[in-house]
Amino acid sequence: MSWSWPYFFDYMTNGLMLKGVWVTIWLSIISMVIGLALGILAALMKMYGNGLLRYIAEFYIWLFRGTPILIQLVIIYTGLPQLGIRFTVIESCILGLALNEGAYLAEIIRAGIMSVDKGQEDASRAVGMNWRERMWLVILPQATRTIIPPLGNQFNGMLKTTSLCSVISMQELMRSAQMIAQIQFRVLEAYCIAALWYLLLVSIWGLIQARIEAYYEKPFGSEEATVSDKP
Amino acid sequence: MSDIENVVSLKNVKKAFGKNVVLDGIDLNVRKGEVVVICGRSGSGKSTLLRCIDQLEKIDSGEIRAAGHLMGFREVRGKLVSLSDAAVARQQRDIGMVFQNFNLFPHVSVLENIMLAPTKILKRSRSEVEQEALALLEKVGLPDKRNAYPRQLSGGQQQRIAIARALAMKPKLMLFDEPTSALDPEMISEVLDVMVDLSKAGMTMIVVTHEMGFARAAADRVILMHNASIVEDAVPQEFFENPKSEHTKLFLSKILQH
Ligand SMILES: Nc1ncnc2c1ncn2[C@@H]1O[C@H](COP(=O)(O)OP(=O)(O)OP(=O)(O)O)[C@@H](O)[C@H]1O
Ligand SMILES: [Mg+2]
Repeated sequence: MSWSWPYFFDYMTNGLMLKGVWVTIWLSIISMVIGLALGILAALMKMYGNGLLRYIAEFYIWLFRGTPILIQLVIIYTGLPQLGIRFTVIESCILGLALNEGAYLAEIIRAGIMSVDKGQEDASRAVGMNWRERMWLVILPQATRTIIPPLGNQFNGMLKTTSLCSVISMQELMRSAQMIAQIQFRVLEAYCIAALWYLLLVSIWGLIQARIEAYYEKPFGSEEATVSDKP
Repeated sequence: MSDIENVVSLKNVKKAFGKNVVLDGIDLNVRKGEVVVICGRSGSGKSTLLRCIDQLEKIDSGEIRAAGHLMGFREVRGKLVSLSDAAVARQQRDIGMVFQNFNLFPHVSVLENIMLAPTKILKRSRSEVEQEALALLEKVGLPDKRNAYPRQLSGGQQQRIAIARALAMKPKLMLFDEPTSALDPEMISEVLDVMVDLSKAGMTMIVVTHEMGFARAAADRVILMHNASIVEDAVPQEFFENPKSEHTKLFLSKILQH
């Protein structure tokens, strides 16, 4: 059985494949958004929390960065039912991906917050901002500039990491390719198409990321003439 | 001199960083509309004094009243209880502070720098605040910079925006920590001019600076700090021509050399 172009092109727009693409997209986005919320929470707990909160955040980060995502997914979907805790496939995927992502993002967000000049905290206190206002109006918006590039990388990774969900039978792009490959045993064609779709998704994200980065860089742009002073 | 007319009143304020005593029992009163210049050599505690008044640092003991607040505490049946972060923030709204490094918010425009606190914290209407912000820009001589980002401004311009940002909260007291020390010489006067105008308009001000021209022109009193204490507190003429402390004489001789 040699390479077949007709199968290749047929798989490209195969309904099953397209459905997988769609699932991969929304699964990535939902997991990323929840992961981002978890990451911000964990970062703030670790940096500003008192004793217990900080330990919880540190434990969470340590646990999820220290174990393979594949094991996390399998434990959540196949292991936890043993304790009577049951999640659907979709819930398990989102939970696993988001928890894992949050642990990585927490460290990225923490580094971003630490990159903000100490004078910004003074300045925002001095105009009368409380902790929440300082965070949301001054510190986090500035940290975002540092956070966006690694965050973009994480999302790039997320698009591909979702393929691991095929192991717990989530019907995303990878699983679609598996299923298609099993119909006519056109394994190479099916997986090449899946690979191409991942490439396409990641490339589109690359373009979007560049725009987001440019947006956050704008206030710091060096193009405009700046009058220099002593530091 | 009653307590009522004092905008600032410090009683035996002490502050140490570890073993390093930075404020060693400071007493200081500043009346409404008064301009007090503080000078002293590096490390004498000038910045720390201002930062304690504005609660950017917590004091170890003593008492600070400023802009009508007992800073950092409230009195409950004769006892002092530390305030929460949010309650301290409410006190800080009545005190404006200007920093050596400007510390403008770099991620938003000039106009937004000025409007951020009044709109987001006091929740005042945008249009009303914008009118005031534009008037402030006029006042500091930068009406055409509303849409610029801080990065695009010179140091002198940034510092004037920082003053406008502080004034937007309508503070009862303004603190300046070496506002011109980071500026190129040709930009110093544009900032000092704004401060002189402000003092003429009756603002109560404490200014840490080594600009003796400003002290002569605008100060009601000049204070010298030395080793965590106030060693001289006099009207400008006395301070410059007839200082009592040896430290002041030494300080003046060094300042006047260059
Ligand atoms: N956050 C801090 N932690 C530890 N020590 C500090 C801190 N801030 C200031 N100090 C120390 O307190 C002393 C007084 O500092 P401060 O900044 O008040 O002096 P200053 O009179 O403003 O000096 P300068 O003219 O250099 O600004 C210095 O010895 C300084 O090292
Ligand atoms: Mg200082």
